[in-house]
Amino acid sequence: MITLQRRADPSRLMGYLAPLLALGITLLAGLLLFAILGVPIGAAFYAFFIEPVSSLYGWAELGVKAAPLIIIGVALSIGFRAQVWNIGAEGQLILGGIAGAAVALLFHENDGWYVLPLMILAGVAGGMAWAAIPALLKTRFNVNEILTSLMLTYVATLLLSWLVSGPMRDPDGFNFPESRMFHDAALLPRILEGTRLHAGAMVALGVVLAGWVLLTRTLLGFALRVNGAAPRAGAHAGFSQKKLIWTALMIGGGCAGLAGLFEVAGPIGQLLPSISPGYGFTAIIVAFLGRLHPIGVLFAGLVMALSYLGGETAQITLSLPLAVTGVFQGLLLFFLLATDVLINYRVVLK
Amino acid sequence: MSISVYLKRAGLVFGAAVLSAAAMSAQAADPFKVGFVYVGPVGDHGWTYRHDVGRKAVQDEFGADVETTFVESVPEGADAERVIRKLASSGHDLIYTTSFGFMNPTLKVARDFPNVKFEHATGYKRADNVSTYGARFYEGRAVIGTIAGMMTKTNTVGYIGSFPIPEVVRGINAFTIAMRKVNPDAEVKVVWVNSWYDPGKEADAAKALIDQGADIITQHTDSPAPLQVAEERGVLGFGQASDMSAFAPKSQLTSIIDNWDQYYVDRTRAAMDGTWESMDTWGGLASGMVAFPEYSADVPDDVKAAAEVVREGIIDGSFHPFQGPILNQAGEEILPEGGIYDDKTLLGMNFYVQGVQGELPQ
Repeated sequence: MITLQRRADPSRLMGYLAPLLALGITLLAGLLLFAILGVPIGAAFYAFFIEPVSSLYGWAELGVKAAPLIIIGVALSIGFRAQVWNIGAEGQLILGGIAGAAVALLFHENDGWYVLPLMILAGVAGGMAWAAIPALLKTRFNVNEILTSLMLTYVATLLLSWLVSGPMRDPDGFNFPESRMFHDAALLPRILEGTRLHAGAMVALGVVLAGWVLLTRTLLGFALRVNGAAPRAGAHAGFSQKKLIWTALMIGGGCAGLAGLFEVAGPIGQLLPSISPGYGFTAIIVAFLGRLHPIGVLFAGLVMALSYLGGETAQITLSLPLAVTGVFQGLLLFFLLATDVLINYRVVLK
Repeated sequence: MSISVYLKRAGLVFGAAVLSAAAMSAQAADPFKVGFVYVGPVGDHGWTYRHDVGRKAVQDEFGADVETTFVESVPEGADAERVIRKLASSGHDLIYTTSFGFMNPTLKVARDFPNVKFEHATGYKRADNVSTYGARFYEGRAVIGTIAGMMTKTNTVGYIGSFPIPEVVRGINAFTIAMRKVNPDAEVKVVWVNSWYDPGKEADAAKALIDQGADIITQHTDSPAPLQVAEERGVLGFGQASDMSAFAPKSQLTSIIDNWDQYYVDRTRAAMDGTWESMDTWGGLASGMVAFPEYSADVPDDVKAAAEVVREGIIDGSFHPFQGPILNQAGEEILPEGGIYDDKTLLGMNFYVQGVQGELPQ
């Protein structure tokens, strides 16, 4: 019989190398996959990993796709380190988008410089407000935040769908459920002419830096980490559990709301019944792929974004089905988890 | 992968003059490239599947002169623009975007690629190089509404809606009006699933409707899941977008079929020979864009006859699914005897007629 035995002293080095290892094994498994599908391997890898970023425009698109994943991924990592399991970033993202869009629509005849800053504030506040519900329930009644934050995502989706088919609907839009297009003062500035790369990508880099400083250079970051690793030790050290839960959820909600605002004020430019293809959920994967470390999340976000772009290219140039992209992403996660298990456990044959 | 494509790519990456020149000369002999952007998977057996059948019809018609490409399951949102732009910048001459949510992204990309032709399904915004097209599915709804009205025993029909947009509301109303013409006691219960394609939710909605007494199920979503539930529970139903009898041989009475083949072939030919112009097309039963397979053997002869009267009446213009008198949910007359709703009213329809239960979400 095969059993797993916990290693007394798991290698830290291997812990950091695991994502690279997993990526390598995924590529090998990909070789096999393409061989089975009868696709020339060189062409497949080219389509997946090179062609999407073979132009400046491609790099810009990578930034557009990765920015929300990184912003949310970093924020979630901070919470996960503290063992606060905010699974509802998707809902917080949607609320951020709604709140920001509300400001844009309210000021739609106003070209003032303050429109966009107000939208950003509203977006962050919207995400925080949505995350405050699980925070309150957790600290007051000890309700599991995994359940409440996740369930609130579905509430957020329905709220958005009600708003765009009712109060926030485009008055000239034949009753179709979408808001009017935002005016220029409500759109994020583009940072690369001729592409869709918007200021949100710069903010994503800022979030990475801020997350790193917070976790490694501040007392708050230390408190969050201690609370995650040993809650009772944290309590003895005088860190308030409630305060940490609130902090973790506010960071997560605020960043998710910001990412949502960036989507509606950036590449989309209006409020739609669906403003995110699941960034809030994918960011959970990104956080773990990045080892809950801001720098790691930066790279994980880019890799994940590239796999989406590659999936599109593979469909266009090689007529590969979309399912191949899903298989690829699934393999990556599977191998990451598998390497994690092997780092922490020893396989023993009995 | 063809050599020319490889060279084109090579040219892109290395920018080597020699390779680029070779690629350009190879490009001259390239086939006419047509791209399709789908909102669902090609295997949905409904909406996207039928568009893909249309794509294959184009491929069959023009053979080696045309190269078709598709991208499936493209989310309506920020990703759509990138996919459309990628198709436009990779040498596609004509691009079909087949979901309402692709409207603004299509227009944005079209602005930057004036030489590429775009065709957007079910939208209302056009440009010099953007046409729109759609089908009058409500005509088909009137036919199946007639069948449902005559065949329901519980006088309750379940209707699974995707999003409460005019397109879907119009279908619900056309269905209900036709149903109550033959059976004034029958009512329609609607469940919204807020998705075009979500077999799990669609099936749950069907179960809920059957539990509430519906003995016929119809749907405006893309998967055969509601019909499969109907088959399991022994109630009747209709196929949506394509013939789904394989999934529900006993339950499916008939099916409203989307038929884009001819339109896609015609428009592709026009784009190839330079006669393509921006326009709006709204085809129906008469033009064959909406079609029906054989009725199931379980449909009694008198029901078949009544359905055929409606279908033929729509084709020869003697009957319109939205002709007065039409009553609203409160029972007040909103369209008098002899009146017919014009296309503008139909395109913006956001109210229920009498016989639909519940409130329209808005």
